[in-house]
Amino acid sequence: MSILSEVELLRRVPLFANIDTSRLKLLAFTSERLSFDAGAVLFREGDRGDSAYLILTGKVDVAVNSPKGEVVVAHLGANNIVGEMALLCEMPRTATIIAAEPLDTLRIKKDQFLQMLRDIPQMPLEIMRELAVRLNNVNKELSAAHVKLRAAGLE
Amino acid sequence: MATHQSLYKYIWQHSRRDQLVILVIAVAAQPFYFLTLTLPKLIINGPITGPQNGTAFTTEGATENFLRLVIGLPDWLGGQWTILQGFALERMPYLVALSFAFLALVGFNGFLKYLINTMKGRLGERLLRRLRYDLIDRVLRFPPSHLRKAKQAEIASMVKDEVEPLGGFSGDAVVWPVFLAGQGLTALIFILVQNFWLGLIAAVVILSQAIVIPRLRKPILQLGKQRQLQARELAGRVGEIVDGGPDIRVHGTSNWERADMVRRLGKIFDIRFELYQRKYFVKSLNNFMAQMTPFIFYLVGGYFLIVDRSLDVGQLVAVIVAYKDLPGPIKELIDWDLQRQDVEIKFNQVMDQFHPEGMTLPEPQGDAAAPMPFTTAVELKNVTALDDAGFTLLDDIDLTLPLNQTVAVVGPAGCGKEALGQLFARQVTLKNGTVKAGETDVLSLPEASTGRTIGYAGPDGYFFPLTVKENLLYGLKLAPRSGATAERRFREANRAGNPVFDADADWLDYDALGTRDPKAILDRMIDMLSMVELENDIYQFGLQSRIDPKQNEAAAGRIVEARLALHKRLSAPEYTNLVERFDPAAYNRNASIAENILFGASIDPLLQPHNLPVLPHFRRVAAEERLDKHLVAMGLSIAETMLELFRDFSPDHPFFDEFSFIPASELPAYQQIMKRSKMAELSYEDRSRLSVLPLRYVEARHRLGLITPEIRERLLAVRRTFAETLPADLAARISFYQEDKYAASASIQDNILLGRVSYGIAHAQERVNVLVREILDQLDVRDLIIEEGLAYNVGSAGKRLTTAQRQKLGLARALVKDPQVLVVNGALANLDDQQKTAIVERVLAHRKGKATLWVLTKNDLASRFDRVLHFDHGKLTSDQAQVAIREAAQ
Repeated sequence: MSILSEVELLRRVPLFANIDTSRLKLLAFTSERLSFDAGAVLFREGDRGDSAYLILTGKVDVAVNSPKGEVVVAHLGANNIVGEMALLCEMPRTATIIAAEPLDTLRIKKDQFLQMLRDIPQMPLEIMRELAVRLNNVNKELSAAHVKLRAAGLE
Repeated sequence: MATHQSLYKYIWQHSRRDQLVILVIAVAAQPFYFLTLTLPKLIINGPITGPQNGTAFTTEGATENFLRLVIGLPDWLGGQWTILQGFALERMPYLVALSFAFLALVGFNGFLKYLINTMKGRLGERLLRRLRYDLIDRVLRFPPSHLRKAKQAEIASMVKDEVEPLGGFSGDAVVWPVFLAGQGLTALIFILVQNFWLGLIAAVVILSQAIVIPRLRKPILQLGKQRQLQARELAGRVGEIVDGGPDIRVHGTSNWERADMVRRLGKIFDIRFELYQRKYFVKSLNNFMAQMTPFIFYLVGGYFLIVDRSLDVGQLVAVIVAYKDLPGPIKELIDWDLQRQDVEIKFNQVMDQFHPEGMTLPEPQGDAAAPMPFTTAVELKNVTALDDAGFTLLDDIDLTLPLNQTVAVVGPAGCGKEALGQLFARQVTLKNGTVKAGETDVLSLPEASTGRTIGYAGPDGYFFPLTVKENLLYGLKLAPRSGATAERRFREANRAGNPVFDADADWLDYDALGTRDPKAILDRMIDMLSMVELENDIYQFGLQSRIDPKQNEAAAGRIVEARLALHKRLSAPEYTNLVERFDPAAYNRNASIAENILFGASIDPLLQPHNLPVLPHFRRVAAEERLDKHLVAMGLSIAETMLELFRDFSPDHPFFDEFSFIPASELPAYQQIMKRSKMAELSYEDRSRLSVLPLRYVEARHRLGLITPEIRERLLAVRRTFAETLPADLAARISFYQEDKYAASASIQDNILLGRVSYGIAHAQERVNVLVREILDQLDVRDLIIEEGLAYNVGSAGKRLTTAQRQKLGLARALVKDPQVLVVNGALANLDDQQKTAIVERVLAHRKGKATLWVLTKNDLASRFDRVLHFDHGKLTSDQAQVAIREAAQ
């Protein structure tokens, strides 16, 4: 698969939807195309992160450690990006990502990613939008949880 | 500074006999020299101008006695003694006889000169050899404090360069002045005999020369001394620049270093220039004075000849000939005196540097081949030690170390624990107290003995620029074990006062190793390397090394075997695409275009992929196979992409270095090329600039989709033609990749893989490494690789190893000789805690029941030892056996 087809795939990612083609080309060119077998681990919770992965094809399981061992909490498919939090702030990975099926990704290294944020003004804006959406989702889930707890008489 | 011998004492003491032999020959040569001076006069006055000079040749057929030897003594001693009657010859035969006698004398004189010169040369070399050896011997016995201060480049320049003139001089130290003075005196006496006044004039000129010139030369000698000091310092500074290279770069202070160098070079220049000015002034003055005398001779001699008639033509010619020979010896005598002073200054300067206080006496080093093992515990009594600055390191320590205990020494940094360790390495000088094993004073044992019984590993052990193996076994080379004796070499070594150690003998202490079997020794080394977690590094060195399949056919065969096994394993479904093999018939997408064309490995710089554009053979083949237009087209495509991607970045953007095919500085030029290409106006230069770009292109990595099926076929054709038509001289220096052949110029690793680990597959390299290791273990090729790794050269001061690797190797070096007492002094400071713990545990298991003293940087490992010593401010504050500690804790 060549850069051009990768650019097409990047375009479908919400985060990159509004960015110039030449910039996406640069992103593709400076990133590493990486494939994983089913069951392979992209990274583990607690690891120090140095790159994010854009899922081009295939699906991943998102798992977190719990007292009962590793629990899969979500599934993500193509056009999703995983591991970007570790790039934005110095913190360990918050979840383990496992390839649920043969996986094709674009690995974006931290240095390139940050450089890109500096060079392309649209990018930080898009990321803020994306984070705001996630925050909103979390808030919604949180208040739903509150409601449930209260209904159960636990608060 | 301790005092040392003077130069003349040194020379006389060590070369007396040779000097005297040469002197005797030189003195014996003088009469012959006098004869060569007299003969011309005899020839001219005798047969040539015969009749006018009142000789026998007044009539035809008159004869003269040839070889008549008469010694004219004063009458009161018996008058003339006729030793040889000689035989009568006529005028012409007499001329012939005299001429041939002259020739024979010249020849004989030449021979004597040759004899004297070679003897002097030999004497000089012997003395130089002795002096150099003495100096090196002194370096080996320097006290530790002096070694820390000494600059190695300066020491080296002294031993190598500064004493060099001494060798040349010592041959001339006695003989030459005697010889020259004799020659000068002979010539002078000869002139005096011919004419008293002429002789007197010559004597006066010479005397004034001898007085004035040396005075003028005094400041020259002073300048020479300064120059020597400056040059030595320069050598020291150059050494520092090399040693400190990385730090200079880190701090960006290269200009400061340049400035310092400029200043030093300027100083040397100034000194030298003044030196030249003075030197050549003295020289011309000297020449002038020497040339002045013949002028006086012509004038005064002419007067005697013409007016006074007390001199004949023959005499005047002989005087002038003799005088021609006179300034020579005198001038050389003056030069010799200059050289003497110069060499004396050098000698004193060098010797001063090599006589520090507190040198080890020669005896403690000794040549004891048999170690003296300790039989009782090592006891420290009232041990007090100071450092160079007079700071107390150890304060009145009493301590008994049994030979079967593992002891940890802990305390804050600088508490004296380091000094305790260094005490056993003899790097600390005691102010007070004793270290004894029974009755034996440990610190005055021969070093060859403690070197065997005590193993020491410090934080910054030194490594010689040899192989890992040689460094590992370094501590076992205490004495020659087998005598490969080279008689002549030793005789000569003896004459120069060098000891007769044979460097070519086998020095390895097989007793300490407990075996002579190479395989067992290798296993021992591997064990020790595993113990300090260095084995894997050595294995990696082995994989990166090259072997010569011609010399090592079996090994090469094994590696090809491993390659085939690996390729077989890689065809299993779980490894699909992990490695793309080098298949002569297929294009390798994970290698660059240049690598695909070259398709082989070489250590010749010309035959590297990045040099392909300048290889004429490649240009020829590319044109022949019509690849060039494709290269230009691919180059255009790459340039277009690069311009699109990097157009807006500033030239110092990090992306250029990392990703761009075109450096930032050349981007505008390529922009112009792109414009011209749109108008189909590409010049020859444009085309060659474009065709360079794709050579680095790796399809699987860069993913620009340039390798179409058509281009792939072209490239394969180029690969074939390139190999088939490669000129023989180049072909001999490249090994093409073939499935069943060992590629001599490729590393072992590349030979095993014979392919490229694919881009874009997660953890591909790690998986391949595991697989390779597995296969090498299965095929039992591991030892072979480790052996190659052991042949890795660690570089100057071990700089080709990391700090951690050096520390591990230092510990392994101490372990491998299985010493009676092992002292580890902060030797693992640069390792992470996990490794440190693992290594300490393994070493302790290995040393169970053997004396081991371990100075720990942190206290947490102390619980693993039999006994723990706490130090603070140079004092031993607590000494607890582990059992006691455990009990106290409960």
